Amino acid sequence: MSKVQLDEIQKRLIREVADLHDIPEGAYNFRANSSLAGRNTTANIDIKTKEDKPGIDIIIKEGTKNESVHIPVVLSQSGIKETVYNDFYVGDNADVLIVAGCGIDNCGTGDSEHDGIHRFFIGKGAKVKYVEKHYGSGDGTGKRILNPVTEVYMDEDSAMEMEMVQIKGVDSTERTTKAELKAGAKLVVHERLMTHGEQKALSIYDVALNGKGSSADVVSRSVARDNSYQKLDMCILGNDECSGHTECDSIIMDNGRILAVPSLEANSVDAMLVHEAAIGKIAGDQLTKLMTLGLTEQEAEEQIINGFLK
Amino acid sequence: MLELKNISFAAENDGKEKQIIKDISLTIENDKFTVITGPNGGGKSTLAKIIAGIEKPISGRLILDGQDITELSITDRAKAGIGFAFQQPVRFKGLTVLDLLKIAYGKPIKVADACTFLSEVGLCAKDYINREVNSSLSGGELKRIEIATILARDPKLAVFDEPEAGIDLWSFQNLIRIFENMRNSVSGRSIIVISHQERILNIADEIIVLADGAILKRGAKDEILPEITGTDSAVGSCEMLDKEARK
Ligand SMILES: Nc1ncnc2c1ncn2[C@@H]1O[C@H](COP(=O)(O)OP(=O)(O)OP(=O)(O)O)[C@@H](O)[C@H]1O
Ligand SMILES: [Mg+2]
Repeated sequence: MSKVQLDEIQKRLIREVADLHDIPEGAYNFRANSSLAGRNTTANIDIKTKEDKPGIDIIIKEGTKNESVHIPVVLSQSGIKETVYNDFYVGDNADVLIVAGCGIDNCGTGDSEHDGIHRFFIGKGAKVKYVEKHYGSGDGTGKRILNPVTEVYMDEDSAMEMEMVQIKGVDSTERTTKAELKAGAKLVVHERLMTHGEQKALSIYDVALNGKGSSADVVSRSVARDNSYQKLDMCILGNDECSGHTECDSIIMDNGRILAVPSLEANSVDAMLVHEAAIGKIAGDQLTKLMTLGLTEQEAEEQIINGFLK
Repeated sequence: MLELKNISFAAENDGKEKQIIKDISLTIENDKFTVITGPNGGGKSTLAKIIAGIEKPISGRLILDGQDITELSITDRAKAGIGFAFQQPVRFKGLTVLDLLKIAYGKPIKVADACTFLSEVGLCAKDYINREVNSSLSGGELKRIEIATILARDPKLAVFDEPEAGIDLWSFQNLIRIFENMRNSVSGRSIIVISHQERILNIADEIIVLADGAILKRGAKDEILPEITGTDSAVGSCEMLDKEARK
């Protein structure tokens, strides 16, 4: 067990991405500026450094209940570019919380980039709640770039709930999430995205419902402000009796632009797939109502956006 | 005290300009409970929106306690003490009942205090306080939350646009009680309720009948109520109003 060594900026980033004010209980792996800053394992959860490439293997024993793994990453030096491979092996019938997240503080001129490739192998009947937050800060000219790839392989009757949040300060992001579900597996995704300034964000979902009775519910709420651009690409494939639902609900402000590209492919008559998408500015009557309660138009906007992305 | 001086309002409809409020002047005194009634489309909601600053009159002035508020924004009118409960309350994705009550209260509020406003409108606070004000709420629930936000705001001049619409009979009693309480406890304030309900008309100090954008009748309750409820059925009274309006 190594002691966690973090400076103030790094601690602040950790608070933003993992809601951590202190060292968490349970297993954790802290990565700061491309090196290990602290690790803890438990009797049921092992974390090993990969030998062939940067990254870690997280091995969760079968039947592990009510345990958590935190794996925050922080970059506080300008100009770091890294690709990290993290593999999660979740044993049958385990029930765990996994909190990942990346915070970049870039005060310098070099671009900082963290590309995390996360793969989840979820055993039969296992339940995972996964929380991932991305955050950027710092006023340097160097860009803050995050390109996460998440792959989820779900065995029979497993369940995964993913909460992905990127609200502030990431200049460029291309996030790809792929999932393959066997019979009875259930995937729920809640994505929250906000872009501002000149930011660009691409979010791509590719979900294959391969097994009988599998289901996926992918819900994205996003806000594009200033001159930012978002592309939301959501694809669900139904290969057996299954149910899939995707929803993009977006607010555009200023000169923000959003392209929502839903796609559904049913290869079985018993596949039930639904997509909903809505893009528009904040409803005028919502602003009006809050203004009659004494808020200025700007304050009303903030309240509506904060609520929408909560 | 609110004074309306020669207020007119027009809007485009199918390329034609339609006069919706026609040169209305009236004074709403402090400590008075005024009920505005009249046929559908008569201009009641439009007048309420003009008071709240949501619609701008094409001519006329609004004076609140001696201050000309005609040019004030919605926000500034709210700050000046005008509260408005919408006929059709707005839904918000993500904002909770508590969020809305906090905004309405305008300063930090304890959850327990926010809950009392819900209890007053007959909602079980713990079931609703953390609910989102979204499409999952029923029409009547939404309407009651709307009223609770005005109670939390406690404005000098409160305007309620058909607060009883969609509210069940049992809660209707409760609603009447709320207005009676407001009326008895509050001094230096005024309440305007837009309503078609005789039982609300019954607790008014003053009744204004608005038809076709103009004041058709106005006076103390005892004087006006017998005239407009001369016939038993609501339909009858509406027809009567219609005829008078066309005269
Ligand atoms: N922005 C607008 N554009 C065009 N017409 C409008 C507009 N606002 C109101 N009107 C019209 O003005 C008239 C008055 O509407 P208003 O909503 O004030 O009536 P009301 O008295 O509140 O009716 P109700 O009892 O049905 O609520 C109606 O004929 C309505 O269609
Ligand atoms: Mg109306």
